[in-house]
Amino acid sequence: MTSSPLQSSVVAQATNPIIRWEWVVEEWDQIWTAIVEHITLTVLAMALGLAVSSVLAAIALRHRWMMTPITASMSLIYTLPSVALFALLAPVFGNLSRWTAVLPLAGYTLLILVTNIVAGFQAVPPSVRDAADGMGMSPTRRVWTVDLPLAVPYIVTGIRIATVSTVGLVTVAAIIGQGGLGRLIFSGLRRAFWTPMTVGASLSIVLALVIDAVILVIGLWLAPWQRRRKAASP
Amino acid sequence: MTPPDIAIRLSDVSKYFDGASGAAVDDLSLEIERGSIMALLGPSGCGKTTTLRMINRLIEPSSGTIEIEGVDVMGQSAQELRRGIGYVIQQVGLFPHRSIASNIATVPTMLGWEKPRIAARVEELTTLVGLDHELLDRYPDELSGGQQQRVGVARALAADPPVLLMDEPFGAVDPIVRGRLQDELLDLQTKVSKTIVLVTHDVDEALRVADRIALMNVGGVIEQLATPDELMRAPANDFVRSFVGEDRGLRRLALNMVSALRFHQGPVVEHTASHDDAERAWTAEGTEWLGITVDGRFAGWTRVADVRAARASGAALSEVERFDPIAQIEPTSTLRAAMELIMSSNSSAAVINDAGRFGGVVTLEDIRRALSSTEIEAADGTV
Repeated sequence: MTSSPLQSSVVAQATNPIIRWEWVVEEWDQIWTAIVEHITLTVLAMALGLAVSSVLAAIALRHRWMMTPITASMSLIYTLPSVALFALLAPVFGNLSRWTAVLPLAGYTLLILVTNIVAGFQAVPPSVRDAADGMGMSPTRRVWTVDLPLAVPYIVTGIRIATVSTVGLVTVAAIIGQGGLGRLIFSGLRRAFWTPMTVGASLSIVLALVIDAVILVIGLWLAPWQRRRKAASP
Repeated sequence: MTPPDIAIRLSDVSKYFDGASGAAVDDLSLEIERGSIMALLGPSGCGKTTTLRMINRLIEPSSGTIEIEGVDVMGQSAQELRRGIGYVIQQVGLFPHRSIASNIATVPTMLGWEKPRIAARVEELTTLVGLDHELLDRYPDELSGGQQQRVGVARALAADPPVLLMDEPFGAVDPIVRGRLQDELLDLQTKVSKTIVLVTHDVDEALRVADRIALMNVGGVIEQLATPDELMRAPANDFVRSFVGEDRGLRRLALNMVSALRFHQGPVVEHTASHDDAERAWTAEGTEWLGITVDGRFAGWTRVADVRAARASGAALSEVERFDPIAQIEPTSTLRAAMELIMSSNSSAAVINDAGRFGGVVTLEDIRRALSSTEIEAADGTV
């Protein structure tokens, strides 16, 4: 950590406002790197989380009795304190491995994602399934062209909640040297130099809001029939 | 061997569900004529829906055979079978995420039709079921219940299947819309002549749309298989009697057309007739009224007293004051409509207007006699 370029701003400590804009300009490359890293970790964790939860949801939907054990295990993972989990995995994968951060982050998304995917498929009206079957649609085709599209609004809601919480958790991964914007926050706190902390904290909030809005828009684009529903006459 | 006029034949079909004590459908045999509407009518739990769903194998029979056009339904894949059978359900089950056009195109798309052919078929069906073409780009939730049900019928007919299965198709719409949809179905049937199996618990619906009714009791037992009029006229047992209700006589009025009556000339003469002929006509009928036709069209009623006065003053029959006939009906009107008209217009007879020509008169006595005799049976004048 001693080689951190943050030390170049040590001189600024004499006057220590909430934010020093010169520092932001001077260290923009470093801030940008942190933003990219933050987004990368979030996307990787979400991708892994989605892949795993899709499989788990498929199992739970096919075998009803599996639903309880699956959600119970996911709840258990969800209850583990994040700092502790990052610390435990560091010796396994090594401090510098991205997986040390991504695995726990993905683990925390599972409960929300599995629950929402399952809810989405269960919300497909039985009459719609009956009609699809009755018209001779094959089960595979029905899952991909009827069930999945109708579950999309639920799945997108799950992804939004999970992503926002992941953006927050990524900052915690700074304790193992990952963590994107979290590293700015931590280094600012450690040295009592508020500018990096303010920048890191506010950017992570902005990032959460922006990503949430982007997914919201994608969701509306994927489910255009939902937008028009309100226009329907009673 | 299936006789050539039978489209669907169920032979000794039974269905036992796991964990159920008795049979849902027990040893049921039923033949459905090509181009006819068969209603499976009965209380809930009588196995009517199970029977319907066994035809397209949404439920697999435990035993027995089901043939469509002489081919065992078990002889092909369930998917292939179902693509050749129209299916309409109470909740319609339109795909909420697809436009109306895309919903209607479901089966043709699965069958791999070319796009222009699908588009042309969608347009054709939209007109056929009486939907506004502007609705084609909308989503199902933007349509009213009645419109959705029409889309459901169009979707079921898309690949022009010979057989249409309908499970309580009008159960989810209000009574006014239901009546209209039932009429539309009958109208549609005159154009498409499908073999339709319709499940309902509504006696009136069965009487209104079906050619034949299979009245079922718990366990999939057919208590009576009959035309609507037969079911009303001669219920086979107490179950049938209690299920169809006490007002069977009144219901038969709605089931039979005026054309089923023996047409009856009544006290009606052409306006050029002599006074002697006129007098013979009203004397024979014992009425105080005389109807006048002009060139075969009914022109109005005259009072016998006025005709007598005209004769005394030397005026011709055509000069007597005529009153417009209030009660006019067509041969395709129901007896119920005729009776309603006669009573509400406070006359003793309704005039049959047969495509502009005078066709005869109907009196309350004619209707009463028809219902009590076998006259209608011979004419088989069911709606």
